[in-house]
Amino acid sequence: MKVLRSLLMATLIVMMVPLLSFGQEDDQVLKARGGKFALTNAKIFTVTNGIIENGTLLINNGVIEAVGANVNIPADAEVIDCNGKEIYPGMIDSGTRVGLAEIGSISEANDYREHGTLTPQMQALSAVNPNSTVIPVTRVSGVTTVWTMPSGGPLPGTAASINLFGYTPDQMAAGSKGIVMNFPSSPTGWRARRMTDEQKAKAKERAFKTINDAWDKAELYEELENLSSYPEIEALVPVVTGEMALFIEVNAASDILAAIDWVKERGYEKVVLTGVAEGWRVAEEIAESGLPVVAGPVQALPTRQSDRYDAAYANPGVMQKAGVKVAIRTMDAENTRNLPYHAAFAAAYGMGREEALKAITINAAEILGVSDQIGSIEVGKKANVFVATGDPFETATKITDLFIDGYKVPMTSRQIRLYDEFLNRTPGVDKTKPVIDIKKK
Amino acid sequence: MRTMKKLYTLLALICFVGTAWAQTPKGDVLIKNGTVLTITNGTLVETDVLVRDGKIAKIGKGLRTPRGVQEIDATGKFVMPGIIDAHSHLAGSAINEGTSQVTAEVSMEDVVDPMDVGIYRALAGGVTSIHLMHGSANVIGGQNETMKLRYGTTNPDDLRFEGAPRTIKFALGENPTRGGRARGIQPQSRMGVEMMLRNSFTQAQEYKREWDAYNADKNARKVAPEYDLRMETLVDILEGEVWVNCHSYRADEIYMLMKVFSDFGIDRINFQHANEAYKVAPELAAFGATASVFADWWAYKLEVYYSTAYNAAILTENGVLTSINSDDAELIRHLFHEAAKTQKYGDLSDDQALALVTLNPAKQLGIDDRVGSIEEGKDADIAIFQGHPLSTYAIPMMTFVDGVKYFDREADKSDQRIYVNPESSIEEVTVFNREDMHKCMEGALTFEELFSTSKR
Repeated sequence: MKVLRSLLMATLIVMMVPLLSFGQEDDQVLKARGGKFALTNAKIFTVTNGIIENGTLLINNGVIEAVGANVNIPADAEVIDCNGKEIYPGMIDSGTRVGLAEIGSISEANDYREHGTLTPQMQALSAVNPNSTVIPVTRVSGVTTVWTMPSGGPLPGTAASINLFGYTPDQMAAGSKGIVMNFPSSPTGWRARRMTDEQKAKAKERAFKTINDAWDKAELYEELENLSSYPEIEALVPVVTGEMALFIEVNAASDILAAIDWVKERGYEKVVLTGVAEGWRVAEEIAESGLPVVAGPVQALPTRQSDRYDAAYANPGVMQKAGVKVAIRTMDAENTRNLPYHAAFAAAYGMGREEALKAITINAAEILGVSDQIGSIEVGKKANVFVATGDPFETATKITDLFIDGYKVPMTSRQIRLYDEFLNRTPGVDKTKPVIDIKKK
Repeated sequence: MRTMKKLYTLLALICFVGTAWAQTPKGDVLIKNGTVLTITNGTLVETDVLVRDGKIAKIGKGLRTPRGVQEIDATGKFVMPGIIDAHSHLAGSAINEGTSQVTAEVSMEDVVDPMDVGIYRALAGGVTSIHLMHGSANVIGGQNETMKLRYGTTNPDDLRFEGAPRTIKFALGENPTRGGRARGIQPQSRMGVEMMLRNSFTQAQEYKREWDAYNADKNARKVAPEYDLRMETLVDILEGEVWVNCHSYRADEIYMLMKVFSDFGIDRINFQHANEAYKVAPELAAFGATASVFADWWAYKLEVYYSTAYNAAILTENGVLTSINSDDAELIRHLFHEAAKTQKYGDLSDDQALALVTLNPAKQLGIDDRVGSIEEGKDADIAIFQGHPLSTYAIPMMTFVDGVKYFDREADKSDQRIYVNPESSIEEVTVFNREDMHKCMEGALTFEELFSTSKR
């Protein structure tokens, strides 16, 4: 009996070895898998249609085929038991540099800023590096889609929504683009410290003239025919015709009001205000304008020394309560993974969890123009979802499964592989002899 | 050395008289019925904490309220030791003395700005103590200052953490070599950094020998060697009186410093940032070195590209005393949340995670006999939270230093500035940008700018 038991144990151990070493072997290739998946027994947060207790989510051919408490599971579906777990639509960060910024201090590793004053024709999507180390690090935290944007001058380029899985920018493209505009504001920072008030005012005036000239030309360009190529102005035309959204980066309260007036005057249909750090000061006016807002970063300092310490934490909630449609962004690159925590801070400081969740799912999808595809768990939408052990806003929660475009994406990243390698390093330290011998004085 | 000792005695005397004059306030309070996260003695539910004269006098259930002591109802709230940030530049009106690659003679205690509103904002994040550090522009930087956040005073000395060990900033890797390149001097490589350290300590040993010989010389007509504060400080490091906190990232440079220190008989070292410390965790543990790290910052420069957010957990599980710091005026406001990330990245227990921002930094700074846990006899540096501090929804409600309440969310005013510049008519609007927040090179960058201008 004893022999039999040890034999059984030995067999079990031998069988378990490949399981234990999964993901740690040098030659192990972890690839995403497409197909038919049934995620069963889960608490499903659809965002747009409430919460389904003990529900099933069926993924087939890239899309959500069925969701509900009573879903027939096809025989050929791979069943993933999500008992005790929660399913959410993939989180969407409405403002990042993911794919464009790899290593902060090295200019060669950053592609979000182009030379020139007027460069709206510059395409962020073209410069997205699908192999950026940042991408797996971000998606294993449940962020499946980001708005990746250029920055710099008054009209720095065209931003794009991208899903965080794919081998070419086109495979990643989530289906929308937008023109980024930095609304003229008084210069700040170390450069401004060397400027007089008069110089600052002049700089602001110049910036206004630059953008207004550009938009005047774009409106004219749209009206006239048979014009020669004028890339930077052509790029603006879709905003004039209402086919593409204009994302106006604006933060100081007075600038926000000026931007609202500017938009009214221009009459462009699709406009989004971004940043909006002082939105809480003019929340009623923003609500009245009907313009949606991408707010953040939330984990940020107040804009003024005299402000309440929690102004940035409370900002999204104040605007949302005033009636503004709010999405939340990190405005980060490598730590876009912290999006759920930015949302959680907004939730704790007035927005509430439900609205904060919307701000990084359905609201974001609507504002970025991709809500027909993603942003909620609905039949027919793209299967961008993740399975979590609990509330993804909490740091103790683990994300166990991840689907982007219906592909089951491996839950690994370089940071996870380094953990696997170094938690118990081999070789460690030879305890019999000191590695570094302290020569006692 | 004897002259030095006399000078020190005199200084100590002045300091003593100084502190006797500038007595910082001490409070009395009874925090009733909270969930007390002691750190050293587990979690105590429905427990009272009595504070008398700035110290934790008693911890227990149903404590009687002494006459004249204010009661605070902490029912449903969490009471934890005040958070300690082992790496901050708050209240530093200057950060880098970048004029030389060795500036051990300067000290942050001379540039403390008690009116920095950032102090209040840190209190609003449950922080009670910070390690105000010199920047990382040079290999051997200036001395740091351990402080308590007694906001409201205009006297920098009131922020001093009385009796805290002296510490000094070192820096390895990209920052000091960048400085070398900008000025066309050594070091411009990690080889140069090592040699600068070895040469400096060798010089200090020679300096000490000269003074020892002078002091031993009975000849009445002896001539004293030149007094050099920089060398004095380096000698103090060799003698273990000043503790090194070294800005470092890569595993190789961390390992290098341990070897240099072992050659010079220095056994105490706290690595700051240390993004790759996880790669040499067994060596750190064997050496007895400690690490103060970010929860998840990475990729802002090449030397932090091969980071992992599991760093703190790997170090902790390998037996390295680890803390999580901010180095940032915003991040310092939610160090409890930064600590909580170790539960996502490495499954640390609640006590392990909370220790990363309380007891562990206290040990690293040598102030754990005073702060870092809720224990009878310790200073009443306490934070009260709504919600468990490791929850992302947690909100710090009150913060006490020496039993005195310096932050109360319910009584928070909009404008908490102590000083308003009378010359500024319009208040500047500064849009927060994480990229601008790396204070470590502040001042040093300005220096580089100036330098490049003068070259043009």
